[in-house]
Amino acid sequence: MLDLIEPFMQWMPESLANVSIIVMKITALLVPLLLGVAYLTLAERKVIGYIQVRIGPNRVGPRGLLQPIADALKLLTKEIILPSSANRFLFLVGPVLAIAPAVAAWAVIPFDDGMVIADVNAGLLYILAMTSMGVYGVIIAGWASNSKYAFLGALRSAAQIVSYEIAMGFAIVGVLLAAGSLNIGEIVLAQQGGVWQWFWLPLLPLFFIYFISGVAETNRAPFDVAEGESEIVAGFHVEYSGMAFAVFFLAEYANMILVAALTSLLFWGGWLSPLEGILPASVFDIAVIGALLGPGIHWFLLKTAFFLFVFLWLRATFPRYRYDQIMRLGWKVFIPITIVWLLLVGWAVVDHWAPWFD
Amino acid sequence: MSSEEIIFYAFSAILIFAAGMVITIRNPVFAALSLVLAFFTSAALWILLEAEFLGLTLVLVYVGAVMVLFLFVVMMLDINLAVLKEGFAKYLPFGAVVAIIMLAQLAVIVGPKQFGLDKFANPVAQGVEYSNTKELGRQLYTDYLYPFEIAAVILLVAIIAAIALTMRKRVKRQTMQPEQQVQVKRNERVRLVKMPAEKKL
Repeated sequence: MLDLIEPFMQWMPESLANVSIIVMKITALLVPLLLGVAYLTLAERKVIGYIQVRIGPNRVGPRGLLQPIADALKLLTKEIILPSSANRFLFLVGPVLAIAPAVAAWAVIPFDDGMVIADVNAGLLYILAMTSMGVYGVIIAGWASNSKYAFLGALRSAAQIVSYEIAMGFAIVGVLLAAGSLNIGEIVLAQQGGVWQWFWLPLLPLFFIYFISGVAETNRAPFDVAEGESEIVAGFHVEYSGMAFAVFFLAEYANMILVAALTSLLFWGGWLSPLEGILPASVFDIAVIGALLGPGIHWFLLKTAFFLFVFLWLRATFPRYRYDQIMRLGWKVFIPITIVWLLLVGWAVVDHWAPWFD
Repeated sequence: MSSEEIIFYAFSAILIFAAGMVITIRNPVFAALSLVLAFFTSAALWILLEAEFLGLTLVLVYVGAVMVLFLFVVMMLDINLAVLKEGFAKYLPFGAVVAIIMLAQLAVIVGPKQFGLDKFANPVAQGVEYSNTKELGRQLYTDYLYPFEIAAVILLVAIIAAIALTMRKRVKRQTMQPEQQVQVKRNERVRLVKMPAEKKL
């Protein structure tokens, strides 16, 4: 791709050309991501609809396919109401602080071998740092709204995110112990060699803990006490309307996609094909079929889509947790399990357990 | 100016501005948020020095956890600025003396005599393959193993002490047993009673 663009950039000074290539890469990532977010909302309504024996949205466009576009147009044209005696500046900064880290974290996500915007050494650490920034959007929005419901929602979600971050961090430490690297591309490459080599098997408890903590971190059901319609209306974004509300929505769904993508990268081999090690190696050299069956971006997208489905499935299946039970699960169940499993993984790595850590 | 210099000066300017805001701004929430900005920009400066592990950990620990809890507390407090400013004039002379002494001490210690540019060689620029994280880990667990472990134990003691200090045994404590709650059966909670719909007179 880049070879095609380069001749057109000859006239630019080198630094400007570099910056414009980066901007192009960012656009190439963000446009599909935001489209994915839009259609994830449709998928959510459809999936939950089918689970509840309804058909979901089916009026706008063929089979309801234009529903997200209609929703976006509606939200764009609605008025953004500033509550009286709300802190104007922080009220408007809140949504920005929610979406910026959600989008920035995508910089280090590899979609295929080398297909990544920033191939940094400490990629995983960068992800952790960025996702931990997301909580500011929630807290600031809740405080600046000058509403009790919003503030209660903000406090709940801040406490929840801070507690589950520890379990999540420990699960990620397990992955980096097993892979011996913080670079996400190298973590995927360390899992090469078929389904049984992927880290979900040696790190099974960590995989479950990571995913469940991810659900809790994104404030999704059954951990969505931050929104808790039944007791605090809609939590931290009660006072938001129009596009300001939509930005929170975008951030939540972008974070969901991020957690799903990370789960598939860290535990399920990312872009690696599950057929490796099952089919003979000669199959992957066949012209079109080989490319489809072999490793590639389609496997990554497929795995991500599956984990997104699990997000929706969980939401349609489980009732909301009680707040003290959420805290108990995070602090008293997940953190001890991760610590024990970390010791085990450390031992296995030092002892070079075949077939994973040889 | 190279692009690195531009980035450095831009971030330094933001850092100094944010640090100034922390101590001058009146609203405590804004002050805490300025501190967040200061941490974030200093993390960026550390990353510019190829210390990406330290920079990212600063964001992760201080911005992502410590400052969140800090903000939490500041937002919950009902701070009355008028009360805080009471006696400002009375304490001003003493405070000024302390501030001047501290400034003088700082000037002596951090001044150009000890930390001048001629005292330090430029840091060696490392290649792309160099991993600051790996290097740091190796240093911590070989050369600095004892200080590192001792620091960890001190922190652990602090955690336990903090918990022990705040744990007060209340006499009538109502706690839930989650194990029992999870294992509850329907028959323990619901009793089905058979009753005729109408009583025969």
